[in-house]
Amino acid sequence: VPKSLKYTLLAILLAAVLYIPYGVPERSWLTPLNLAAAAAVGAIGLNILLGFTGQLSLAHPFFLAIGAYGYTFLSADHDPITKAASAGEKLRSLGIHPLVSAAIIIVVAGLFGGLLSPIAGRLKGIYLGIATLGLVLLTDHILQNLKTMTGGFNGRRVPVMDLGFIKINECRPKACSSTMFGSTIKWGSPEKLWYFQIILVVLAFILARNMMKGRPGRALMSIRDGETAASVMGVNLTRYRAYAFILSAMFAGLSGVMYALANGNVTPPEFGVDSGASYLAMVVIGGVGSLVGPLIGAFFVKMLPDLIQRNSETLSWLVAGPNDPSGLKPLSVAKFIYGGLIILLLLFEDGGLAGLVRRIRHRSAAGAAKTGADTGGSNDSLTTNHQPGGVLI
Amino acid sequence: VRLFVQFLLDGISTGAVYALIALGFVIIFKASEVVTFAHGGVLSIGGYLIWWSRSHWFNSKGQASFWLSLTVGILGAALLGLLVERLLVRRMQGRNAGIIGVCIMTLGLDVVLETYTNYGVGKSGKESLDFRNPWGIGARRFGSSVFGGKGVFLGDARIAAIVIGGLIIGGLFLWLKYTDWGISMRAAATDREAASLMGIKLGRVSAVAWILAGALATVAVLFLAAAPAPGFDGATGRLAFKAFPAAILGGLDSPSGALAGGLIIGVSESMFKGYESHLHFLGRGFSSVVPYVVMLAVLFFRPTGLFGTREARRA
Repeated sequence: VPKSLKYTLLAILLAAVLYIPYGVPERSWLTPLNLAAAAAVGAIGLNILLGFTGQLSLAHPFFLAIGAYGYTFLSADHDPITKAASAGEKLRSLGIHPLVSAAIIIVVAGLFGGLLSPIAGRLKGIYLGIATLGLVLLTDHILQNLKTMTGGFNGRRVPVMDLGFIKINECRPKACSSTMFGSTIKWGSPEKLWYFQIILVVLAFILARNMMKGRPGRALMSIRDGETAASVMGVNLTRYRAYAFILSAMFAGLSGVMYALANGNVTPPEFGVDSGASYLAMVVIGGVGSLVGPLIGAFFVKMLPDLIQRNSETLSWLVAGPNDPSGLKPLSVAKFIYGGLIILLLLFEDGGLAGLVRRIRHRSAAGAAKTGADTGGSNDSLTTNHQPGGVLI
Repeated sequence: VRLFVQFLLDGISTGAVYALIALGFVIIFKASEVVTFAHGGVLSIGGYLIWWSRSHWFNSKGQASFWLSLTVGILGAALLGLLVERLLVRRMQGRNAGIIGVCIMTLGLDVVLETYTNYGVGKSGKESLDFRNPWGIGARRFGSSVFGGKGVFLGDARIAAIVIGGLIIGGLFLWLKYTDWGISMRAAATDREAASLMGIKLGRVSAVAWILAGALATVAVLFLAAAPAPGFDGATGRLAFKAFPAAILGGLDSPSGALAGGLIIGVSESMFKGYESHLHFLGRGFSSVVPYVVMLAVLFFRPTGLFGTREARRA
């Protein structure tokens, strides 16, 4: 693909993304879209661990919870102690500036990731997966019981992200319907949030891309493809493993903050085993070890229940309406689909969607270039290293 | 002392159930080098089948129909295990898939199976499903002469769990030790290539392991859903995760370790539950996460479990 075409396509994509808040049929679409954008950052983070370093970690919800709850705890009302509406428990908070809180909590998440990495160094392969599963189940207990910080079972409301000149998510009824230029352009929390999230997603993506294309990325991949070989080639295993865990945890922390902002409140069930499985689904569906894949996977997995819900009338043979408690719920259908996709993709096309695209591209490239010298197609060294029968899958 | 014995007995009965599940993990791991995250799903399908056949086919009150529906559940879960092994695991391994890939696949499978069970439970319109097992909620009193006063209470279902679980585990150990299949499995676990060259059919060993694990899980779900639990519901399958600590504690490749691990987990959970009022600072419901705390602690100091063999590092 020539460079000029690539940039044109990128510009079109960017324009489309920026137009989304005003292109969707209904404003309510923006809520799941914002949640999906938050998940995309988390999926990029998980992919650094799973796709590039070859470490199976189910602990992602733990780091997401640190981000979401930590942000809420640090930045909530300037009044240090507020009353929880329901339980009558005192809720603690520190009232730090929202941006500073977000920065602090991302660093804290990274520190926790760093703590996990020496443990990961001792646990081989699958033992790590099981240990991190234990960590996720512990997370739920902590969230339920540390009531003054987390609000327990009922969770707590997320404070406003106030950047000084603009309040990102001030979603009180009036603010939600606010407009710009008279009444022509809607400019409320969902729209502001979308642009805020998109900036963060793009930044996170560029950061991950540059790191994974550079020396650190190659070091991580060498660990994935064989620890002994990597260390023989001079890759410092301990250091780079820590690097991967810290980086992944920081992405998850940011994703947690974004989730909190998009959702408006935080509750324990969002950070359970199911959530960990859904992040794995995003990475596997998008393409393990691909850079763009997890982004697409995140939007797919997060938007799926909502899409099914909105089309429940045309899908009435499959999905139950809102008045039928015994039928299949949209979320269940979505779970069937992404659970099934994990199985099918791993069985037949282990590169995920990215692998599928790559395969088609290769085929057309092979047809076009008769010399056969350039059948590799893309020069993207990261997306081509994952051949079928590779080390990970 | 009376309370201590009480908690100990409760713990042993839960531990026996965890051991049944953990043995499934261990057998599968030994025979096919896969850690299955779909065990909870298989277990809940087994449970759902027991309830379904109990309410559709064997609806009469008698004990015979209960045992028939239990058989249906066991056969169903065993068949499911066989299908998973033949259609999914075997194919992935045939393509040289890594262990992590297979594990993620089983996790996807678990999502599908658990979602299906949840849907089934929801469709029944009940909070939890009752298998109507012959033990009911009755309890017996023991040893009032030893401990004086009230003695120790033990639910009939708990006694059944200890007796039946003990018999099955005992039988399984004998089987592993003396039958051809047991020897084949141990050989396969020690050195797959050598075992294969000795004429051991690895595929058959692995298939039997998955069948067996499915059957064991169904027996376990029977007791997970019995008193004092309210019955079988969508969350019962998730209890299988508690057997992970049991399997890990003993080391994933050691059946006797799984038994020991199951008992340790069961007893420690029951102790923390019993003495919860003294341990208030740990938060309410801490007993249910004790298994994971114990597991994380053990893994930290002994990365391959208490009885597990160290994995050799290969390039």
